[in-house]
Amino acid sequence: MSLLSDLINLDLSDTTDKVIAEYIWIGGSGLDIRSKARTLPGPVSDPSKLPKWNYDGSSTGQAPGEDSEVILYPQAIFKDPFRRGNNILVICDAYTPAGEPIPTNKRCAAAKIFSHPDVVAEVPWYGIEQEYTLLQKDVNWPLGWPLGGFPGPQGPYYCSAGADKAFGRDIVDSHYKACLYAGINISGINGEVMPGQWEFQVGPSVGISAADEIWAARYILERITEIAGVVLSFDPKPIPGDWNGAGAHTNYSTKTMRNEGGYSVIKKAIEKLGLRHKEHIAAYGEGNERRLTGRHETANINTFKWGVANRGASIRVGRDTEKEGKGYFEDRRPASNMDPYVVTSMIAETTLLWKPVS
Amino acid sequence: MSLLSDIINLDLSESTEKIIAEYIWIGGSGLDLRSKGRTLPGPVSDPAKLPKWNYDGSSTNQAPGDDSEVILYPQAIFKDPFRRGNNILVICDAYTPAGEPIPTNKRANAAKIFSHPDVAAEEPWYGIEQEYTLLQKDTSWPLGWPIGGFPGPQGPYYCGAGADKAFGRDIVDAHYKACLYAGIHISGINAEVMPGQWEFQVGPTVGIAAGDQIWAARYILERITEIAGVVLSLDPKPIKGDWNGAGAHCNYSTKSMRNDGGIDVIKKAIEKLSLRHKEHIAAYGEGNERRLTGRHETADIHTFSWGVANRGASVRVGRDTEKQGKGYFEDRRPASNMDPYVVTSMIAETTILTK
Repeated sequence: MSLLSDLINLDLSDTTDKVIAEYIWIGGSGLDIRSKARTLPGPVSDPSKLPKWNYDGSSTGQAPGEDSEVILYPQAIFKDPFRRGNNILVICDAYTPAGEPIPTNKRCAAAKIFSHPDVVAEVPWYGIEQEYTLLQKDVNWPLGWPLGGFPGPQGPYYCSAGADKAFGRDIVDSHYKACLYAGINISGINGEVMPGQWEFQVGPSVGISAADEIWAARYILERITEIAGVVLSFDPKPIPGDWNGAGAHTNYSTKTMRNEGGYSVIKKAIEKLGLRHKEHIAAYGEGNERRLTGRHETANINTFKWGVANRGASIRVGRDTEKEGKGYFEDRRPASNMDPYVVTSMIAETTLLWKPVS
Repeated sequence: MSLLSDIINLDLSESTEKIIAEYIWIGGSGLDLRSKGRTLPGPVSDPAKLPKWNYDGSSTNQAPGDDSEVILYPQAIFKDPFRRGNNILVICDAYTPAGEPIPTNKRANAAKIFSHPDVAAEEPWYGIEQEYTLLQKDTSWPLGWPIGGFPGPQGPYYCGAGADKAFGRDIVDAHYKACLYAGIHISGINAEVMPGQWEFQVGPTVGIAAGDQIWAARYILERITEIAGVVLSLDPKPIKGDWNGAGAHCNYSTKSMRNDGGIDVIKKAIEKLSLRHKEHIAAYGEGNERRLTGRHETADIHTFSWGVANRGASVRVGRDTEKQGKGYFEDRRPASNMDPYVVTSMIAETTILTK
């Protein structure tokens, strides 16, 4: 359809200064991503210079029909890898007309935590490992799996290549370049243990931008799978049985952890996390109990434990960090469908602001 | 088919001054768009400088066979996104050889209303939200829907993304850029509540230009769906039952509404509209009674209502307008197959000219 792609790929910068801004927000389920586009008179690089907008909240389960306007506040700009030129993607969060964050807006509370002076001073870094599963359209069975059956058991697929081992790499590779183009800090990709499952990593990013970038990367992935005719799933245990689940391991460090003597700061932080295990688990994604079984490189959901190089633990500390006496640690508990605003801010809150009751 | 597209995409500006002008008009049903191309000796940017033309009205149900010539008067020029270069699209309206607008020519009357001094003084702005449905060729079943069945219920599709939620985005995105290229004031797009349904918005545009731009945008959309092998429908209720219809909400303001104290002017205008509800509904598109049921974000066709932020009303006033005491309002009644010349001029006539 080259005539259609000629039009989609039109470089408008010769004919007009106008740019297209795709405003993106999170819908009523807390996981569905919505977007719509508007024309702006010229290029914009500062989110505070973008106009607020609104959408029909009654169509996304976020407002009643007789009072349906939900207001969008632009928060982060990325280059649009689909429209290119000076066109942009805009990550927004949602407010009532009176200026209150609507209940599904988790960014607002996270922004408060990240602007607390004690948190700001520690410059929290996040590296998030987003796993996901690709499903065949219409049947919702994993990509590459035979219909009505199963592929051979796990073993050959992790980081593999080959037509019988890696399914959907074109999606993964175009997503990687699209995110780099967009300005997202995508740091890597790999094929996962379950066939049809993949992972990309975003980070290290500071504070609230980690989550903004994960949501932007998720949106770009949803758009790319749409083009490919493949369905994207963030379910934490898409196939029951001897098949890995999908997580969103969150790597974390603060300034003091990265400096000399940081290892003891890390241990103290892990101890605090251990005291709030139930609260964190409740906020780490729906359906996580199907995934955190203690098998398939997870720790059981009811148990908190940590260890160096231990992928069966709730928290893993890398051997490098142990050796150098400073670095970061990995919270392996979050599910692939977690909200990164919630997870990143909660880790900061528990480790930097929360004091255990003696 | 790269050899064919090499030729379609030939840049002729190196070999000749000649340009191609595609003359576009509305056919006998009032909704069918027709066009044909002609060569001109050089670039033209002023419609008044374009020659009048004519077409076979007996082939479009607009003239008898023994007296078939219908005259085309060029009215608006847009850059041609398909031929590019200096080639143009020309929106025309149709007249008898004697110079009378033919019955299906709604532009002539609209132009009269818009040139009335009271209307011109108020600088009426329009923002039109054109909804439409994409259908699979040959089956005429919505794009993305399983043949012989239905997708999951409405909920995930509004502004959605993903292979199981958004069907036909390449058409929508190509249309967005093509319209911007053409010089149409396309202000945005979004996926609609029913899967396979989309919307684009044109505006704010002044007076008669709103109608010209909507027709040009509809033509470009018809051409793009043709390339994509998908059928375009402007039917206001393409699928019966618990599936949204398609409208053409018309946002409107005058100079007095946009100035301080405008909210009172708005309320007076809405009251005038309420007194002519039946007349407006009769002119707001065929088949609208299948769409305006009071459900699916519409107001019942027999009832006139208005409210702030109320998507179940005939007329909706935005919260911004209420807060600032000035702005615009949205007439949610027009169907997707409305004639924008009729709707825009009628709103102006009722709110500015009638007492």
